[in-house]
Amino acid sequence: MFSRAYKAAVTLPPLLWVTVFLLLPYLLMFCYSFWSVSASQAIVHSWNLDNYGQLLRVNVYWQTLLRSMWIAARVTLFSLLLGYPLAYFLSFYASKKKDLLYQLVIIPLWVSYLVRAYAWKTILGSDGVLNTLLQYVHLTTHPLEFLLYSPFAVVLTLTHIYTPFAFLPIYAALEHIPRNLVEASHDLGATPGQTFWKVIFPLSIPGVVAGATFAFVLSLGDFLAPLLLGGPSGIMISNIVVSLFGAAYNWPLGAAISFCMLLLVVCLLVFSERLEKKWSFS
Amino acid sequence: MELLVSDARFDSGSRWLLLHTIAVFAFLYLPIAVLILYSFNGEGVGGFPPHHLTLDWYRTLFADGPIWDSVLNSLPVALAAMVIALTFGVPAALALERAQFPGKALFRRLVLLPLILPGIITGLSLLMLFNVMGTKLSLMTIILGHGTALISVATTEVFAGLQKLDRAQEEASLDLGANYWQTFWRITVPNLKLPIIGAALLIFTLSMDEIAVSFFLIGRDNTLPLEIWGRLRRGITPEINAVSTIIFVFSLVAIVFWYRLRMQAEGGADAGAEIVQAVEGSGI
Repeated sequence: MFSRAYKAAVTLPPLLWVTVFLLLPYLLMFCYSFWSVSASQAIVHSWNLDNYGQLLRVNVYWQTLLRSMWIAARVTLFSLLLGYPLAYFLSFYASKKKDLLYQLVIIPLWVSYLVRAYAWKTILGSDGVLNTLLQYVHLTTHPLEFLLYSPFAVVLTLTHIYTPFAFLPIYAALEHIPRNLVEASHDLGATPGQTFWKVIFPLSIPGVVAGATFAFVLSLGDFLAPLLLGGPSGIMISNIVVSLFGAAYNWPLGAAISFCMLLLVVCLLVFSERLEKKWSFS
Repeated sequence: MELLVSDARFDSGSRWLLLHTIAVFAFLYLPIAVLILYSFNGEGVGGFPPHHLTLDWYRTLFADGPIWDSVLNSLPVALAAMVIALTFGVPAALALERAQFPGKALFRRLVLLPLILPGIITGLSLLMLFNVMGTKLSLMTIILGHGTALISVATTEVFAGLQKLDRAQEEASLDLGANYWQTFWRITVPNLKLPIIGAALLIFTLSMDEIAVSFFLIGRDNTLPLEIWGRLRRGITPEINAVSTIIFVFSLVAIVFWYRLRMQAEGGADAGAEIVQAVEGSGI
């Protein structure tokens, strides 16, 4: 029913815009990753693989990448552990309050990242709310120093931020499970445990995969929480990129790291889509 | 407990589930409650118990010139980003639903990628583009960054609305002699009113709060989150709690309003899930 002209009119403007402001910049990032910086701090447009070689050779880069992945993996695990039972409760038990509770999970999802990260900073600091509370009730005599400026603080804060992201697709998957399947399982004599593990959980796997992908990818690339709460031991790969684009002034090397991250994200997306298709029942 | 749990299959396991749910809500909301409480604390951002409850920090905040300058920067940025995101995001949703063209899969992925891509990559790749083009960093570059990244939100929201849309009205309009332009403005857009307003609200809120992309595209003038960020690096007072509290309240109102719009448009209780699912390919 839609003419060629109509299709062209709705397709071309956004296509042009994302080509210029998304595709082109990614390609430029790719180009930059082969260039280098001269002694006089000018970008040299010579094409070689030195930057990528450096990533493999210099320990601090791949070690920080591994540490970032380890932090992101913990954030993912905790977000799923918190988000899954929450989604399950909302979907199956919270019949009347469902709408309100759902809204209460959605709100933190969209509320300012900075506000929430800052809240944790005021809580975890050595004169922070938690430490002074613990001393007030005489649980400790000295402030616990590991609370702030540590990987712990980063994992805790990112888990707080990404739990609603993990929750959302899991909840959507649970909501789409036909209830008569669950009832059939009950009627055929399965215990609630069996019904969960044999019927509900397998059907929710696509949601789990989507939630895990979100939590992992977004926390992997985070640089603000580590800057605010991580201290020297909580530095993540994006912090290195930030310094390469700032004080260290080596854009090409920073571009090489960023491009690796971009590739990693796209691969993870493709991989998780495959997984989801494999597990989806419809 | 009976208030919350009213299911026939209520078993002992659900008691644990309920406890878990309460604990997760506490985890999500306690930090925000603490943040708000300490915005009234005379003694600084930490220290238990809070004492000398005061409104002084709000008075300091209202007299704080640079904060309000940054708010005045953020507002037009968010409005302009909203216009860009809708101008390109709405047609993109129509294109994804109605047109077939070579490279459509790549187009879909490109449009939606900023939803899941860490902000640093979007920010840096645009920084390189502006650098090569010789564009000076300013609020304009932030607008372009936000607008581009948030097309994804407009597209997913409108796409979800489109799928519920009955095409018969558009067909009738075309049959009765209206051209595509008239049909778009008189039939398609009015029918998509709720998703479009919802998307606009969400985009505005997200842009006001955005920090990761802005971090790399900032020129001389700060947006509100970057102004706050700069102060966090110096030493913090409950004035930051006060401004955060106000941001929280504004976001809260916007999001609740957006949610209501979504519920009105869809009736389904998983409004917002389309944003996550779109990225995963199961939505769009």
